[in-house]
Amino acid sequence: MEIIIVILSSFVIAFISPLIYRIFKHLTGWVLSLVPLALFIYFATYLPQICAEECRTFAFVYHWVPSFGIDLSFYLDGIALIFSLIITLIGAFVVLYGGEYLRNHQHINRFFMYIFLFMGSMIGVVLSSNLITIFIFWELTSFSSYLLIGFNNERAESRYAALQALLITGIGGLALLAGFILLGQMGGSYEITELLTRGHLIRAHSFYLPALILILIGAFTKSAQVPFHFWLPSAMEAPTPVSTYLHSATMVKAGVYLLARLNPMLGDTQAWHDIITIAGTLTMLVGALIAVSQTDLKKILAYTTISALGMLMLLVGVGTVLAIKAAMVFLLVHSLYKGGLFMVAGAIDHSAGTRDITRLSGLWRMMPLVTIAAALAAFSMSGFPPLLGFVGKELIYSAKLQAPNASVILLISGIIANAVNVAAAMMTGIRPFWGKTHHAKCKHIHKVHTALWLGPMLMALLGLIFGLIPNLISMPLISPAVSSITGSQVVFNLQTWHGINLVFLFSIITFILGLMFFFSRNRWRKISTYLMFLKPLYPSQIYEKGLHGLLSLAKWQTKVLQNGYQRFYLITIVCFIVLMGGIQLVRLGGLPDSISFAGVKSFEIGLVLLMALAALAAILSKKRIAAVVSLGVLGYGVALIFVLFGAPDLAMTQILIETLTVIIFVLVIYHLPSFKNFSHRGVRIRDAIISVLAGIMMTFFVLLSINLQLAPTISAYYDENSVILAHGRNIVNVILVDFRGLDTMGEITVLAVAAIGVFALLKLKSKDH
Amino acid sequence: METVLAFLIGFLYAAGVYAMLRRSIIKLVIGLMLMGQATNLLIFTAGGLTRAQAPLVEPGQTIPPAIHADPLPEALILTAIVISFGVLAFMLVLVHRAYQTVGTDDLDKLKGTDS
Repeated sequence: MEIIIVILSSFVIAFISPLIYRIFKHLTGWVLSLVPLALFIYFATYLPQICAEECRTFAFVYHWVPSFGIDLSFYLDGIALIFSLIITLIGAFVVLYGGEYLRNHQHINRFFMYIFLFMGSMIGVVLSSNLITIFIFWELTSFSSYLLIGFNNERAESRYAALQALLITGIGGLALLAGFILLGQMGGSYEITELLTRGHLIRAHSFYLPALILILIGAFTKSAQVPFHFWLPSAMEAPTPVSTYLHSATMVKAGVYLLARLNPMLGDTQAWHDIITIAGTLTMLVGALIAVSQTDLKKILAYTTISALGMLMLLVGVGTVLAIKAAMVFLLVHSLYKGGLFMVAGAIDHSAGTRDITRLSGLWRMMPLVTIAAALAAFSMSGFPPLLGFVGKELIYSAKLQAPNASVILLISGIIANAVNVAAAMMTGIRPFWGKTHHAKCKHIHKVHTALWLGPMLMALLGLIFGLIPNLISMPLISPAVSSITGSQVVFNLQTWHGINLVFLFSIITFILGLMFFFSRNRWRKISTYLMFLKPLYPSQIYEKGLHGLLSLAKWQTKVLQNGYQRFYLITIVCFIVLMGGIQLVRLGGLPDSISFAGVKSFEIGLVLLMALAALAAILSKKRIAAVVSLGVLGYGVALIFVLFGAPDLAMTQILIETLTVIIFVLVIYHLPSFKNFSHRGVRIRDAIISVLAGIMMTFFVLLSINLQLAPTISAYYDENSVILAHGRNIVNVILVDFRGLDTMGEITVLAVAAIGVFALLKLKSKDH
Repeated sequence: METVLAFLIGFLYAAGVYAMLRRSIIKLVIGLMLMGQATNLLIFTAGGLTRAQAPLVEPGQTIPPAIHADPLPEALILTAIVISFGVLAFMLVLVHRAYQTVGTDDLDKLKGTDS
């Protein structure tokens, strides 16, 4: 039960946060950050339990849609725990930070609402043990991401970026759902705990490859892998606390989480290794190479985030225990340093008014504490001993060295990406702070508020402490996570210093390369401008063209289908009905064999002919009054038919109504212009053909229906009970006022509404009159 | 007789569709009325025609005679007649009003859409 409270608490807070803001005003960030902090402590209490033998704890199941096997079910294991801890810890810092960062924003209360909405969804994703539940929370994270990217909704760029992210991750989400359904079909359940035991069945199934590809599309779009990566840099339109949280530390890692979670059932096949490793490596390189040529602090961080996500992906793709271990350590490292650096970038932006690295220098004088936090984070990002980043990087290098396939390629691309990380760390975490202060270049530098430096500082210190004493996290946190991803119990310790070996040599090469990248950054910027001719091939351009094309298509077809011509709509409807009806007629075997005219009396023929003539006169007459009178003739003819075939009530009503109709018609038509021939001859012939076709079809249907009894008639009930139950001898009347009395009341209501409408139209005078 | 009515119904539908495809708005109303009559006849015919007695119970009896017209289609048509009258009255006044306001009864000139 607790678990439901844990998940729901974020959603509840989301909806009451505007009220909380009313009470606490500018202190709301401090107050609300206690919620994720409490959740963090709650999850932390599970650390001892999780790392003991029992690797899975508190299962909660609520049978939601039992007929489809969709349950609201959750459990906590190693990987869920490490993600939950990251989400809640960084969540606490982000709420605190955001409260100050957006202090004067007019929609700050919305910020809290969206961010808690996201937090609840993200916790839901990592705790769910049912595929469908995961999907729902997954989509909720996309949705809250949309709201948060478009937070400054008066900016067109924000709205564009928000929609882009929503469309890309939304398409991925749909693919994911399809993949999940296939997976459920293969494994016979949507419960992950059950599917985990059926991995061999799933991998041997013929649906395996389609399901894998669909799920990978979902994971790759969410985790911004090439070629879907471009939404992430655009998402930097979001306020910095949002970028810190969703687009760096948590949401974008959901794809990595998902693949890690599904590894025991889908993993360890050739396709799995190949696709994920290739996509991850490409993403890692593309992200890194674009990052060096950027000048905006947030853009640099965004592209290095893409690079880091690629690194995580490729480690999951390699899939050895060592690689998974490296991935989990790097996951933690990255969340800590990247979260910190994003917050630092925000603090710089907030107090210096710019994020352009070419204009920033010497900020340490103004913000010494931010400088310390930034430097520690930057050192961790560059993988400098003794920070946790160093541990992570060494692990990654040794995992790549021992990778079963293509280890040389992985290693070289890894060194390039890490070298860029070194350069990017210097560009974002160190360069803005050293040197002389250029007051002229950035206006109104002011002091940094506690809420803005506290988070980055604590995260940086955690990176330092965990780096110095890695065993703090190895046994309780990393080992259980690795165990649940690999599906077998793994217990290990981490070390900061492995001595001088091959891996350390790679580290030194990385530093040297990184420094080269850093000092040649201006040249990289120039090279990137030479590459502009490739622009039409960029995935972002393809997305834009595709979206534009789709919108043009929609506009075109709306113009064609909704062209405003009444006749066009009618022709479409009639032709469609004739077509469908014709097909159905053929399927029913055409007309009945014998069409009999037996028993027809001569005066009936005369009546029918008169009615047909009246109808013809009504549509062809040039005189308005003649048309109305013809309609009257037709109506009285219908009444006569009712008289002839046992329906006196109908005949009476018809005569009354027909008389009234003619009177009203005459009254109104007097005010309307006389008939004109608007249409050409050709148009009239076309319309005549369409009408005749419609008429023929209706005739066929009546002929067919005469001998057709699809269901037993219910009239017998009324016959038998009219007198007994309703004490009425006119069965038609009894049906109307008794058996179906409510329908008649509805009918009366319709008449009343029509009467009110008529009255209003007659009485309302427009201003012109 | 059903066969004859089937042809009449088809003819009325054809006339109705043709009138509705005219550009004059009053022809649209006429077409709709023609189709309404055709539809009432359609229900009436499809329910099965009989020249026998109307669905009435004789005094002193509790059930109607064995052969009589089916009351159910009649009840349906009765409702339809009344409703179509309400719709017609509203439509006519609306047409009148629209003509007063926009000054045309040509449907092709009344083609402003939301797009």
